Amino acid sequence: MLIKFYNANLLDPITKTKGLADIIIEDGVISKIKLKRKSTPIQTKGTGSKNMLEINAEGLYLFPGLIDMHTHLREPGYEYKETIRTGTLAALRGGFTSVCCMANTFPVNDNPEVTYYILAKAKEEGSCHVLPIGAITKGLKGEELSEMAMLREAGCVAFSDDGMPVMNSIIMKRALEYSKAIGAPIISHCEDINLSEDGVMNEGKLSFYLGLKGIPRASEEVMVARDILLSKYTKGHLHIAHVSTKGSVELIKFAKEQGIPITAETCPHYFTLTEEAVKDYNTNAKVNPPLRTEEDLETIKSALKEGIIDVIATDHAPHHIDEKKVPFQEALNGISGLETAFSLSLRLVHEGTLSLEELIEKFTVSPIKILKIRKEGIKEGAQADLILVDINKEWKVDKNKFVSLGKNTPFDLWTLKGKVLFTVKGKKFLDMRTEE
Amino acid sequence: MKDLIGIKELSRQDIEEILNTAKAFKEVLQRDIKKVPTLRGRTAINLFFEPSTRTRTSFELAEKRLSLDVLNFSVSTSSVVKGETLYDTLKTIESYNVDYIVIRHSSSGAAKFVAENTFASVINAGDGTNEHPTQALLDAFSILEIKGRLDGLKIAIVGDIIHSRVARSNLYLLSKFDTEIRFVGPPTLLPQEIPDNVKIFFDLQEGIEDVDVVMILRIQLERQKGAYIPSLKEYSHFWGLKKELLNYIKKDAVVMHPGPMNRGVEISTEVADSSQSLILRQVTNGIATRMAVIYMLNPKEV
Ligand SMILES: [Zn+2]
Repeated sequence: MLIKFYNANLLDPITKTKGLADIIIEDGVISKIKLKRKSTPIQTKGTGSKNMLEINAEGLYLFPGLIDMHTHLREPGYEYKETIRTGTLAALRGGFTSVCCMANTFPVNDNPEVTYYILAKAKEEGSCHVLPIGAITKGLKGEELSEMAMLREAGCVAFSDDGMPVMNSIIMKRALEYSKAIGAPIISHCEDINLSEDGVMNEGKLSFYLGLKGIPRASEEVMVARDILLSKYTKGHLHIAHVSTKGSVELIKFAKEQGIPITAETCPHYFTLTEEAVKDYNTNAKVNPPLRTEEDLETIKSALKEGIIDVIATDHAPHHIDEKKVPFQEALNGISGLETAFSLSLRLVHEGTLSLEELIEKFTVSPIKILKIRKEGIKEGAQADLILVDINKEWKVDKNKFVSLGKNTPFDLWTLKGKVLFTVKGKKFLDMRTEE
Repeated sequence: MKDLIGIKELSRQDIEEILNTAKAFKEVLQRDIKKVPTLRGRTAINLFFEPSTRTRTSFELAEKRLSLDVLNFSVSTSSVVKGETLYDTLKTIESYNVDYIVIRHSSSGAAKFVAENTFASVINAGDGTNEHPTQALLDAFSILEIKGRLDGLKIAIVGDIIHSRVARSNLYLLSKFDTEIRFVGPPTLLPQEIPDNVKIFFDLQEGIEDVDVVMILRIQLERQKGAYIPSLKEYSHFWGLKKELLNYIKKDAVVMHPGPMNRGVEISTEVADSSQSLILRQVTNGIATRMAVIYMLNPKEV
């Protein structure tokens, strides 16, 4: 199979390449990159072979495939919510060619058997690169460390009890210490569950107005502060998941200034939506940590700009419709994010918060550095791992068109600017040029 | 109007209309024949996921006075215990062709959820800590009977504000009139961020000084467990309304309580049974107010 892109704007922060180019992919490998000064008319060979695709990429961008550091693929155990097959296909549709899947499956990914299962399933049925994240503690119970070194050996790239915080500080300290021998970061879901209690949205005027129990910002911030201090003390690499508050940003800024080895991520919903989104008890906007206020949102945007937040991750959390079609208090937390995350993030470019290059770094170079994974980027001889994007194309989100089984999105029917048109991952590709 | 989900959604005019209708129904209730035939042939169901004999009885009486056929459906007798979702319960009930659903549920937003998923008219009889609109309406009705107006009044709501749907509905109702609203109680039971038009008092005596109406909220006996308050004894000592304190409110001020009361905790017996207490009047007015609400709603034609 031959895929040829003509006159594309190549922008690859991994290889630090930028410019107009023709790119040829032969059987999943980039065989030729021709950088050029100006676009040339597309030369069709007229072979008409179905083994060849010629794509006029004039005005379009080619980026390296995006990496999602925070995905819930749900398999094994919750295949009614999502499977490795559907989740990785949703990834390709959203422009992601690599996803890191969280450990809160059933059984929990706290032993190599589960990791092998995930990797085997991904090889058989998956469409993109699957990088498992192992549990910090056995059964996500926060009591005993899981076999982190063996999990690493089996293929886990990081460790997290995501969904559950590690409440016991001594366990978190040991995990950070132990991780140094393994060379993989500890990803912390920062939440003091005593402070969250049975809260279901951000605590403030609106939660009182709606009669819903609030989750104070402090619930996240006290754990961010604790974990920063533990990282400082142990020198273990801490990565803070889904930052949602201004206070967390301030703490992370302080920690980075001190040279503490921490990194951080946020998700598109935290810089796109505020708590106002749950005003009508919209369960599709119920997420943990909860959507906050305008002030938090603006601070998160500037933190992305200033590099205080390194990564944009989806926290793709698909759920079955029955788990969302209930009164707000009873609905499960989570947003199905893979298929909207990149387009939502492009808003940051259109509004001038980030340059296009900075945005792509948040999805590629930063995760690569944090996870210490190898990605060659777009270069001759490398496996094809790239996406074609029209950053100006307007399209309407339709949850029913999601390939993810999770239709739980607060962005349904939103018009977004910027769309992934074509994703190539090795020999697999997804052509979305004719999608509305 | 199809449903009554909350006071939030009502205008001042809606409220006044309901209160005027309630007044007419109260006159009916004082006659020998207390029934009106208007809604004969229609059916109401009282769907109670939380036990509440008082509210259910009040609704049931209101429904019967309107000549409605009445069904009662409560948690202990339903399949809900077996894990049926609210949506499924609703669809089952809908297939009985009911015209009115009165719902009490422990989840905030449950009444709205039900209203969005049924053709029947839905009346919120209390959803979680969100709203209890008929309580606020009957409270307003009772105040009006005594004071003749809501505008210009000073009202103190005392006690467990954050967990109280009664407090919220009253806040939203009174906010639509020209009133001064005070929240009084220990900081752990007051909202973290205060609504713009509310004054906060930690001290009971200061909080009720010179007010026209004191609304006492029921304190849940288990609040001690969540460390909201150290003990009921301490709560009662500092925030229980006792006889001596009546000297600080206006001479003609009234005291209210949505019931059921914990006598000797949030309110002393002397106060509850005093001439300034509207507590029994609230119960009586509950029926007329609920009749008015049901009467004014229009189920969707299928
Ligand atoms: Zn999490």
